Amino acid sequence: MGEKIFIGCAAGFAGDRSDAGGPVVATLAGQAGPRFLIYETLAERTLALCQLERRKDPGRGYSPALDRLLTPVLAQCLAAKIRIIGNFGAANPPAAARRIAEIARSLGLPTPRIAVVEGDDLSGRLSASELAKRETGGKILVQRPDIISANLYLGAQPIARALDQGADIVVTGRVADSALALGPLLHVFRWRSDDWDRLAAGTLAGHLLECGAQVTGGYFADPGYKDIPGLAEVGYPIAEIASDGDIVITKPPGSGGVIDRLTVIEQLLYEIHDPAAYLAPDVVLDVTGVEVSETGKDRVRVTGARGKPAPETLKATVCVEGGVLGEAEISYAGINAAARAALAAEVIRDRMRRRAPGLQIRVDAIGAVSVLGNSSVAPDLRESESEDIRLRFSAQSADVAQIEMLLDEVEALYCAGPAGGAGVRRRATPRLASTACLIERRYAEPRVTLFGESA
Amino acid sequence: MTRTVRLHEVANARSGDKGDRLNIALVCRDPSHYPAIAAQVTAARVAEIFAARRPTRVVRFELPKLAAFNFVLDDVLEGGVNGSLGLDGHGKSLSFLLLDLAIDIAPGEPQSARAGQKQSV
Repeated sequence: MGEKIFIGCAAGFAGDRSDAGGPVVATLAGQAGPRFLIYETLAERTLALCQLERRKDPGRGYSPALDRLLTPVLAQCLAAKIRIIGNFGAANPPAAARRIAEIARSLGLPTPRIAVVEGDDLSGRLSASELAKRETGGKILVQRPDIISANLYLGAQPIARALDQGADIVVTGRVADSALALGPLLHVFRWRSDDWDRLAAGTLAGHLLECGAQVTGGYFADPGYKDIPGLAEVGYPIAEIASDGDIVITKPPGSGGVIDRLTVIEQLLYEIHDPAAYLAPDVVLDVTGVEVSETGKDRVRVTGARGKPAPETLKATVCVEGGVLGEAEISYAGINAAARAALAAEVIRDRMRRRAPGLQIRVDAIGAVSVLGNSSVAPDLRESESEDIRLRFSAQSADVAQIEMLLDEVEALYCAGPAGGAGVRRRATPRLASTACLIERRYAEPRVTLFGESA
Repeated sequence: MTRTVRLHEVANARSGDKGDRLNIALVCRDPSHYPAIAAQVTAARVAEIFAARRPTRVVRFELPKLAAFNFVLDDVLEGGVNGSLGLDGHGKSLSFLLLDLAIDIAPGEPQSARAGQKQSV
């Protein structure tokens, strides 16, 4: 058997519940052996938003969720020696480390040992045109000099090094989500960097944990078919991992949710393309031989991950300005609602065609046809019997005046449109476009520094 | 003798996205349905369901050990979550479009393996 390590996940995205970590930490505190808590908070676009924050204020640019997620569990983690790894450093990991030290101080805690992992940021290392040459698909970066953010996905090695240096908390920017779990495994078990099957098992453990409740009944429940008791207090996952790469997924006792073969398989395949070749920075993971077995209530064992040598290139996410997204909504309800909604859509199309001829406008009829509709055309309401329709008009452009014109036109339907138009809401939001590049490994320069001890 | 059911009666599905690429994991609730689903829920049939979104490529990966399939559909998310004008740029709701598909299964097979097996906290 040998030693087991315990890794809990307290957040699968920046908007996750701030009370999710408490029961996970309480459970980890009762376990013997090395214990870790991970936070995944960086969606593709989040890092670019943080980069914009950093440009405005050099003291910011870390995940805005940091305070909310970490404050409730920091004291117990430090007391119980549960080490924390999070990518909440975003565009400014040193600033996040500083903020964590402040939080600790404000809670009256001793200063934790905080390690900062950097080197994911490609700005200054590859020009816009050099990035464009490496874009997969090559659609977004052509002729775009105005890169907002370009970040490589680093692997688990720098996280392991940070833990080797005794860090209580490891703050990273962009790393592969699964590396948040593989890092502590490398630190404890000393798996070799070419022990592909074990690296694959660690990557799979990370993949199963990284979306939090998505493996314990979240994003799963479907009443009558996939019933999940206690969804309102769903437990976040804890993985028990042995030195041979054997994984057991569990959750805090008494928490809501379910862990069974079906919840685990859905998450196992989440956002995976070729199941024989899931590319991570440290290994190529093959899940085609994986076996999933229920070994107890809310305990599922996962074995059989196979690994192949790490890819030659590393993925990077690159963001550029995407213009402004305009959205405006108005409701039509009751007798003949579908016909009135169709008329309102026609009025907007007719007026906008003349006033902003190039602007592509999408129309959704929420309550009749929207998310499952064909996105490229307006909804066909001729056959609809819905008597409660909310029309949604949307467009995106770098020309803000055109977007405002659309929003004004929708609002004007109140007085000048079909009968009974109700409840207009409108908003314009700046948008970022993101794309992926494949970057040669020599551009990755991971650095680990201890907060307060760096040069 | 077979009977026709919607895929939702016998399988689970989950959508995931990366950029403009959608994947839908389809998992047999009862592994004994794997051959019937394998024979009928083909890449071509899935491409038909999503034809309005004009996929440039649809691939089905088979995972018999997990009694599951992974469908990968390229260029169906209007540019993806950071580009789409739609409400569901992630494509999170699209797994339920797949589950609407009608398939034939042998009679007497359980409809929902979990029915009656409710687990309590």
